[in-house]
Amino acid sequence: MVSIRVENLAVSFPLYHGTTRSLRKTVKSSLGGRFTQDKRERVVVQALQNINFTLQPGDRLGLVGGNGAGKTTLLRTLAGIYEPVEGSVTVQGQIGTLLDPSLGMNLDLTGRENIHLRGMYAGLSKAAIRQVEDDVEAFADLGSFMDLPVQTYSSGMMVRLSFGLATAIMPNVLLMDEWFMAGDASFRQRARSRLETLVSKADILVLSSHMADVMADWCNRLIWMDNGHIRMDGPTEDVLEAYLGKPLDTVLSKRKNDESDPLLSLTPEPIEAVPNPHTL
Amino acid sequence: MHSPSSEPVLHLVPEKGTSYFRHALRDLAEGLKFAKLGCTLGWLDIKLRYRGSILGPFWLTASTTVMISAMGVLYAYLMNMDVHKYLPFLTFSLILWGFIGGTLQEGCTTFTSAAGLIHSARMPYSMHVLRSTVRNWLTVAHNIPVIVGVFLWFHVEPLWSWTLLPALLLWVFDSFVATFLLAILGARFRDVPPIVASGIQIFFFITPILWTPDLMKEGQDWLLLNPFFPLMEILRTPLLGDTVQVAVWPAALGWSAFLASVTFVLFARMRARLAYWV
Repeated sequence: MVSIRVENLAVSFPLYHGTTRSLRKTVKSSLGGRFTQDKRERVVVQALQNINFTLQPGDRLGLVGGNGAGKTTLLRTLAGIYEPVEGSVTVQGQIGTLLDPSLGMNLDLTGRENIHLRGMYAGLSKAAIRQVEDDVEAFADLGSFMDLPVQTYSSGMMVRLSFGLATAIMPNVLLMDEWFMAGDASFRQRARSRLETLVSKADILVLSSHMADVMADWCNRLIWMDNGHIRMDGPTEDVLEAYLGKPLDTVLSKRKNDESDPLLSLTPEPIEAVPNPHTL
Repeated sequence: MHSPSSEPVLHLVPEKGTSYFRHALRDLAEGLKFAKLGCTLGWLDIKLRYRGSILGPFWLTASTTVMISAMGVLYAYLMNMDVHKYLPFLTFSLILWGFIGGTLQEGCTTFTSAAGLIHSARMPYSMHVLRSTVRNWLTVAHNIPVIVGVFLWFHVEPLWSWTLLPALLLWVFDSFVATFLLAILGARFRDVPPIVASGIQIFFFITPILWTPDLMKEGQDWLLLNPFFPLMEILRTPLLGDTVQVAVWPAALGWSAFLASVTFVLFARMRARLAYWV
């Protein structure tokens, strides 16, 4: 059965390139905070701490939180890129990651060559790669540009190719970062229906996004990340309302009135004064 | 490791005890599955290097030819040696050394230059090492025409002994392992590339590359302490039609075993941390 289980997960990054005396002093003087020292007295940033959750088939988990809250780190840990420093991560199922739009994209290679490479990253057979190639060719609609280096593409063509490519391979467990909702308005509609197919076919979705309506439409559970901790975990509406600090209806109806920007950005009300790491 | 429903399971916990070594071995085994991808990426790296270049791959062939003809004649004169003996020796030495230098230098940046790939999906680290190794072997293969040319011109008669095959295999193995070792060190310490660069320069002069080992009147055995010397000898000597000294093969195997064990232990210890470093 497809599932994700995360127990007592902690991830910390060592700061090797800044182990100066002044940094150590800063760490000693900062009370708590995210800079700590490990057993060997190295300065580390606590990216994730004490994370616990379990996902079953059908779960669509959204991650919300400010910049640097640990959303991307958590996605990468679920993908097995960062291995846990403490605790455990167990993922059962074929993992698909849409974390970096440029995965496998080499600007000097042609669109077609990039498709082949991406298929090989995913470990697909030759026949499957050909299928992906046809699919992407139809979606991206690049015409003869398919056989030209990606460098010569306009930015719109580039988005179409990378998006088509990234969504052509169907996993059970889909881990997605927010860049996916980017792109020009005319493209968005087409992109959205394709992405919805992908999302509906995946057994488990973990999505990190800043867009309230995407979260409300696609997720049935939200985790609010704050400073590497889970601040709140529950049904989408409850968490979104707590996170935004206002009723969800007002946010979503405001979006419907504002046609020029259909994907309204999620900007939370200031919650507390967060110490700015740059002033430390 | 298979669950009843045959879905792949990824279970990650902090490493302890033997898991360090089991997971390092698993990475190598998975790397084999990605061997085709590693080779393709290595090949594409070479192909892309020449897009937009007129002479393309022959730049390397041409520059090796020019260097060997200039240096071969001059140094043969300086060292009072017969050009017909010295020039083939120099050809092999320089080509093999070019390969060693390139492998070591590119080894340092193997993981750091693949940071984007490492951060976007879980993939065996050995795949990146294979990519770099394949690239370096394709580079050295550009020089095959030079070798053939020198063979024909100077009527060199290689000793086609069976040891040539294991020697070549040992080179393939060692180039992979050395790339791996430096890739790990280079990911953690950004000082490694300059250290390696100056090391290569020093070893270029203290290893018999420009000078033949028999110029040393006594104490040739000391040369075996230089890891590059026995490795050069096992490949170069039979190709030039001479027999390899008795102590050379054990030294070459010993150094290779040492390199491999250091690399494996280091990789086992550091594998889980590599993504944090790059």
